[in-house]
Amino acid sequence: MSSRSSVVPIGADMAATGWLTSVRREIAKALLICRKDLRIEWRNLDNLPAMFFFSLLVLVIFNFGFDFATADFRLLGPGVLWVAFSFSGVLAFGHSFTLEREGDCIQALMLAPVDAGTIYLGKLMANCVSILIVESALLPLSAVLFNFDLLSVARPLGIVVLVHTIGFAANGTLFGAMTARTRRGDVLLPILLFSVSVPLMISAVQTTTAAFAGKSIFEGSPGTWLVMASVFDLVFITAAYLTFEYILEE
Amino acid sequence: MKNPEANPILSLARMLLPVTTLALAGTTLYMTFFYAERERVMGDVQRIFYFHAPAGIVCFLAFFVTFISSIAYLVTRRKSWDIVGESSTEIGLVLTSIVLITGPLWARPVWGTYWTWEARLTTTLILWLIYMGYLLVRRYTDDPDQQARFASVVGIIGFLDVPIVYWSVRWWRGHHPLVLKVSGGGGLETPHMKTTFLMGIITYLALYLCLMVYRVPLGQAEEKLRWLRERASSAPRVAANPGRLPQH
Amino acid sequence: MPGAESTTARCSPPVAARGLTRRYGPIRAVDGVDLQLERGEFLTVFGPNGAGKTTLLKTLACLVKPNAGTLTIFGFDPRRSFDQVKRRLGLIAHTGLLYGGLSARDNLLFFARLYDVGDPGRRADEMLEEVGLTERADDLVRTFSRGMQQRLSIGRALIHDPDLVLLDEPYTGLDQHASRMLRGLLEQIRGKGRTLVMVTHHLEEGLEVSTRLAIMTRGRIAWEAGAGSLSRAALEKFYLEVVGGGA
Repeated sequence: MSSRSSVVPIGADMAATGWLTSVRREIAKALLICRKDLRIEWRNLDNLPAMFFFSLLVLVIFNFGFDFATADFRLLGPGVLWVAFSFSGVLAFGHSFTLEREGDCIQALMLAPVDAGTIYLGKLMANCVSILIVESALLPLSAVLFNFDLLSVARPLGIVVLVHTIGFAANGTLFGAMTARTRRGDVLLPILLFSVSVPLMISAVQTTTAAFAGKSIFEGSPGTWLVMASVFDLVFITAAYLTFEYILEE
Repeated sequence: MKNPEANPILSLARMLLPVTTLALAGTTLYMTFFYAERERVMGDVQRIFYFHAPAGIVCFLAFFVTFISSIAYLVTRRKSWDIVGESSTEIGLVLTSIVLITGPLWARPVWGTYWTWEARLTTTLILWLIYMGYLLVRRYTDDPDQQARFASVVGIIGFLDVPIVYWSVRWWRGHHPLVLKVSGGGGLETPHMKTTFLMGIITYLALYLCLMVYRVPLGQAEEKLRWLRERASSAPRVAANPGRLPQH
Repeated sequence: MPGAESTTARCSPPVAARGLTRRYGPIRAVDGVDLQLERGEFLTVFGPNGAGKTTLLKTLACLVKPNAGTLTIFGFDPRRSFDQVKRRLGLIAHTGLLYGGLSARDNLLFFARLYDVGDPGRRADEMLEEVGLTERADDLVRTFSRGMQQRLSIGRALIHDPDLVLLDEPYTGLDQHASRMLRGLLEQIRGKGRTLVMVTHHLEEGLEVSTRLAIMTRGRIAWEAGAGSLSRAALEKFYLEVVGGGA
């Protein structure tokens, strides 16, 4: 095999020169893992099409229940949209870890000099991106199907969708990793996730309704919800980051 | 792991607690029906409150115990912590179910509807779902060590969620004002009522402890049985009979 | 400081384990194993299924924490110097540890970057050439044959130039041709003073290239010797004695 080239740094060279350096390195590794997941999706398209079509189907079915031709989408729509988004999210979280099981790659990740928490962050980012892609496709489509003006509320809606997607993915990634290793994991995942994410769902629907109505999402009631959602995001990303090693461990 | 019969404090507790609980229950029942006055607005139906609210408080305590023991398990890996967590969750779920049953029973005669999506009751429902999830995770995980770890994580995440759930349901409720004011049942006005309420809490607490001192050793015995079974089925290479529960 | 660490690494044995124990419930998969390896050694551990060989290997790979005993890798304690240890370790398992949904090159690139290898692109290309997969560099690993996956897996394991290489039943599922290729690669891997530990339940594997042999049964190393000029027949005799005899 090739001689030890100067190309490969000896571990000693990587001795942390400071706390900030190691934080930056871990973020870089998280991004690396995120990019890897997205790259796999890009080359294989195993997941995104399924997510998109599934949530589209949810929207269509709900339309037959509520008849948005007559009902005002801006009132009932947010609930429906978030059901659609969260169901597609469940698909993403499950897939995120089954792709690691294929070649027993979780072991490969654990062999590497990377923290469990960093793996979590990488996966979290990849899941967020996947769900955001689906949401970005679904929203314009529902604007067309249900005849509401998306462009005028695009910015506040974007913020709302972003904050709540992150919160949903925070727990989804954690439970996804856990249920990948249990029996009936496909059923356990939504049970755990939806129970825990109730506050987030309430907030999502409230703020989305406010956004559709053209109200400012930074003031009054929607503003409070947004703060709560941000707190939710922070609390659960931290909790998951700290407990992820116990999930991955053998 | 010590034989429960051998631990004197535990044996004493296992003898005293059932008796104490029964005595307390008897007393509280009496107080509920005869000592506490008839509530002005709702009448005798309000007495369900003394079954309902204290259960809610103690179930919250039970899940707090699960939270602490989950953290303790992940840090120390002593199986006993995990058993405490599992036991407390089971008992907590029983208490939660009591809350969820007595709630509608109370609501129907008073407000004409079984369920009101009122903040505390709704939070209790979500709690019930979350901790059912805890038990389901245990049921569906085959490896015992993994089971304990996964359940502990759920126990931690679930409890962190409790205040957030409560706050968010309350805030949501604030914007869907109910026709009727729903809170602690019009308030506990007299000292008699307050005392009865306190007695209710103490009774449920005794019930919780009583169930725990039986459930936890049961869990330990199950663990020991599993240990013995696996030892028997794979002869010489196993650890000697453990004096106490092993660390994983 | 950097100098001190590489000195530690240079002077310390690759593996120094005493009293390693790993339990799963009441069963001791690894039961008080002592092991010390010097640089450049190639240890092959034989044993039947369930002997604890894989668990031992996983413990050495720091994938599994021992319940008791001490372990140092190149003088570093895995619990404290997580980073130092992982950078010097490589694992080749029969499960491949590769992403089927990525191309061969992308797999190597990913792992190279994960290990902070300098100039990952060049290193990945070098590795592809070493394992003879340059023409299939952009094909998805999912489309590879078992033998090709194994070769790429070796490339992945060595991408960060580890000093200690662990092999978990690497011959599983390989045909004659692929096995021969693997054997050749193993000889090459040994170059540059690398230390290797292989576990297998096939007696022929590793016999030619090993410097030390051990037989593991029921969590313990029951027999150990230098490979020297031990013939396959002799080894088989020892094996049957150790494994078959005990109750």
